[in-house]
Amino acid sequence: MLAPKQRRLLMALGCVLTSGVVAGCDRSTPSALDPSGPKSDLVATSWWILFSVAAAVCILVTVLAVVPMLLRRRRRQVKGGDGKRFVMICGIILPGLVLMATFALSVTDIATDASPPRPSRMTIDVIGHRWWWEVRYQGSAAVTANEIHVPVGTPVQLRLQTADVIHSFWVPEVMPKMDLLPKRVNETWLSVSRPGTYRGQCAEYCGLQHAHMAFLVVAQPRADFDTWLGRQAQDAPQPTTAEAQRGLSVLTQSSCATCHTVRGTSATGDIGPDLTHVGGRQRLAAGAIPNDFGHMSGWVANSQTVKPGNIMPPQHLSPEDLRAVVTYLQGLG
Amino acid sequence: MPPTTQPTQPTTPDARPRTSSLRGVLAERASAEAAVGEKLDELWEEEPGLIGFITTVNHKRIGRRYLVTASFFFLLAGVNALIMRAQLGSPDNKLVDPELYNQLFSLHGTAMIFFFATPMNSGFGNFVVPLMIGTRDMAFPRLNALSYWIFLFSGLFMFSSLPLGLAPDGGWFAYVPLTGDKYLPGLNLDFYTLGLLFLAVSSTVGAINLIVTIIKMRAPGMSLNRMPLFVWAILTQSFMLVFALPPLDTANAMLFMDRRFHTRFFVPSDGGDAILWQHLFWLFGHPDVYIIVLPAMGMISSVIPTFSGRPILAYPFVVLATIATGIISFGVWVHHMFAVGLSDVSLSFFAAATLTISLPAGIQMFAWLGTLWRGRIVLSTAMLYAVGFLVAFTLGGVTGVMFAVVPFDQQVTDSYFVVAHFHYVLFGGAVLPILAGLFYWWPKITGRMTNARAGLWSFGLVFGGFNLTFFPMHIAGLLGMPRRIYTYQPGLGWTVWNVLSTVGAFVLAAGLLLTLGLFVHSLVRGERAPDDPWGANTLEWATGSPPKDYNFPVIPTVHSGNPLWDGRTLPSMVEHRHDPGRTLTEEHKTLRTSELDSRVEAVMTMPEETALPLLVAVLLTSMFVALLVSAYVAAGIIAGFMAVAVTWWLWHRPEVEPG
Repeated sequence: MLAPKQRRLLMALGCVLTSGVVAGCDRSTPSALDPSGPKSDLVATSWWILFSVAAAVCILVTVLAVVPMLLRRRRRQVKGGDGKRFVMICGIILPGLVLMATFALSVTDIATDASPPRPSRMTIDVIGHRWWWEVRYQGSAAVTANEIHVPVGTPVQLRLQTADVIHSFWVPEVMPKMDLLPKRVNETWLSVSRPGTYRGQCAEYCGLQHAHMAFLVVAQPRADFDTWLGRQAQDAPQPTTAEAQRGLSVLTQSSCATCHTVRGTSATGDIGPDLTHVGGRQRLAAGAIPNDFGHMSGWVANSQTVKPGNIMPPQHLSPEDLRAVVTYLQGLG
Repeated sequence: MPPTTQPTQPTTPDARPRTSSLRGVLAERASAEAAVGEKLDELWEEEPGLIGFITTVNHKRIGRRYLVTASFFFLLAGVNALIMRAQLGSPDNKLVDPELYNQLFSLHGTAMIFFFATPMNSGFGNFVVPLMIGTRDMAFPRLNALSYWIFLFSGLFMFSSLPLGLAPDGGWFAYVPLTGDKYLPGLNLDFYTLGLLFLAVSSTVGAINLIVTIIKMRAPGMSLNRMPLFVWAILTQSFMLVFALPPLDTANAMLFMDRRFHTRFFVPSDGGDAILWQHLFWLFGHPDVYIIVLPAMGMISSVIPTFSGRPILAYPFVVLATIATGIISFGVWVHHMFAVGLSDVSLSFFAAATLTISLPAGIQMFAWLGTLWRGRIVLSTAMLYAVGFLVAFTLGGVTGVMFAVVPFDQQVTDSYFVVAHFHYVLFGGAVLPILAGLFYWWPKITGRMTNARAGLWSFGLVFGGFNLTFFPMHIAGLLGMPRRIYTYQPGLGWTVWNVLSTVGAFVLAAGLLLTLGLFVHSLVRGERAPDDPWGANTLEWATGSPPKDYNFPVIPTVHSGNPLWDGRTLPSMVEHRHDPGRTLTEEHKTLRTSELDSRVEAVMTMPEETALPLLVAVLLTSMFVALLVSAYVAAGIIAGFMAVAVTWWLWHRPEVEPG
């Protein structure tokens, strides 16, 4: 018969897929099962408990459903009785016990997850925009976009807000989701246990370019982080070459300045991301493209081809002006 | 055709009588038809041709139309899904642009939930319930026609948005403030709010009709404790619809007013509340899962006992589980909102509620499994699908239980893990049973048998394709892939799982196409179906295949919960064949019975065919189109006409005489 064969095939497939999850994760996959922080650790542990119980239940039900099909020719007569006791034991009492255990796990996890192991000494504001992330460090002038640096091993307080619609903050390897709600501040915490770069992405559908609203969490040793934060708090470095100097004047005199801020210059727009240290970021356009000269030029010239529907209009700059402005921005480390 | 079977021997209602032959016309029905069939034929026959087509109020015709129309919408929404799967088949794919993709997934969800799953169940409810409870039509046949026409027109209204390039693009749960006019201007979301309000009229009247039919029109003797489980499921589902739709309707009316008249219900910057929408939506949305799944479970409770040759295990527990599911489902909606940032107390409460609702599902699951173990199995196509359901629904159920562990839910919510989960629940828990139900009732509906070997292929491809499509999504979700993204970058470890899903989707589509071909083949070439091809236990199998317009020549007296197996219910049709109180041969009539014990209370005259329901539905359609294009005065005038038409309709009340 085909049915049991199907199921055997399925089970084999299930095994292959499961082993794929365990073995096949390289560092670039934002896997929830490869955690690098206490919050995701907690979830990953709970997952394996839940997975084992769930797999046992599925196998049990599959066996109970398939065996009578295989044995159907052996049975001549139906069995009587209304089986209330069987249903009571297998359908109510046993599941009841499993569910109570699950509830205990849930309540413990909620309590563990609620507060960091140690009080956090640092607060970061994350503000969602369509379709990028604004990041502000409290007690510092540092403002960045789509890249959140944190010291490794230290709980950090997060204040999540949105400038427009609902977004959701998710870094699978580090922390489960928390929504960003209009006119509210959702407070939570985050801690990364290993240095590295972790990919996060908006998880609540927020319109046209929801797919391109990623960010990076960069966990650094304390000293490196302090250096980075000190640099970010400073104004933009002065341009050192004539080309960059020309770029600065293009930036401040064209429409760039109406939307973007470069601290220390006359560009003080507050619609798009702060560009004071844009040259030091790993990616552009909320993770959509790498941050290099070519990609940035393409983006500035016509971002609509890269991320259709974003609010930055195409910039009609001469090739020289474009090269100058991108040279300047790339120099803002 | 001469009767080819002997009257069944009286046996205990504990098992299928071994003597019953599964061919030809049941002897009892043949004898009853011989007595009164001709007279009833004249009374109940409908106008042929186009006039009959638009004026019919016959529940079987309406039920068939529901099934065909809902399947058509399933096909359209399925094509949406195939395009999405093709787009996600490779990273950075440019097959569709984000604008179209967002419309496709929004329309896919909206259509599958509202215009396929719920009306498909209504189709079965309409066709099967009056037959199962032994009556001649629904309580309000004209209202029944109205609810069908509104369903058809609202579906066309909603789907017309796609060729216009204006399909809803806010996701099927349309979260504000994104769906306000500030962020999504254009008619897209107006198609959504108006389309759903429009459809809700149909669902509400349809549900009330089924409730009254089930409570007041069961054959004498079919007390509540003898009512088939499918009827219990439809009854519970109908009550749920009546209570779950108002929050959705309210929310949609408020959103429509926000968008058109600048009320500020959901505009946070002006003091509105974005979370209010989520509460209202999910207060409908979670019960809706069971509105879809309960009737599907009811179908399983019909298929499994028949092909196990014995009654279901622990019938009272299954009834209580069905009702409990209906009630508890109204208390779990917040688990859709665990990442919103609610207090830990709310989280724990709704975690507990979420766990509680899996108990009744466990009861039903083990009642089915126990029935298989104590039965004598016939592995028909319907049974294959039922067993497929048991496996798939369990997988969807166990991942559902996982969401009660709140931090785990926060990790996987809005990721592909959730997409996998709810497709196991909705495809595994509703589409597979619906296919089981289709194969099961097909001979009754069409009078033709389906090919068993082709059925095996149908099940193999559908079940295999389904698992290949949706199982890898669990993994993609755990690997960090959020839902509702129109593309993704290479190198994130997601590509392979998406390729598998895409391949699976096309296998599934092939399986569904084969199934469609199989049904068409059956219509054209299929073997003629006997009255009771499966040796089933419920009353619909005591009618012709397909049933006559009047269903039962003689309304039987029901003696047990498995009337066709008790050896007394069928003979009651012969006993009463000269009893005018059961044959009702003077006019378009049927019996009204008491709510609990089903004692005869009165004889009701049923309404004749009429085009009024179609007229009212057309007026309602024009009103919604007027609202869509902001012609509010015109909408008001049309509403006036509608009031006149409805008054006209209600003017003549049906006669009721004491029975």
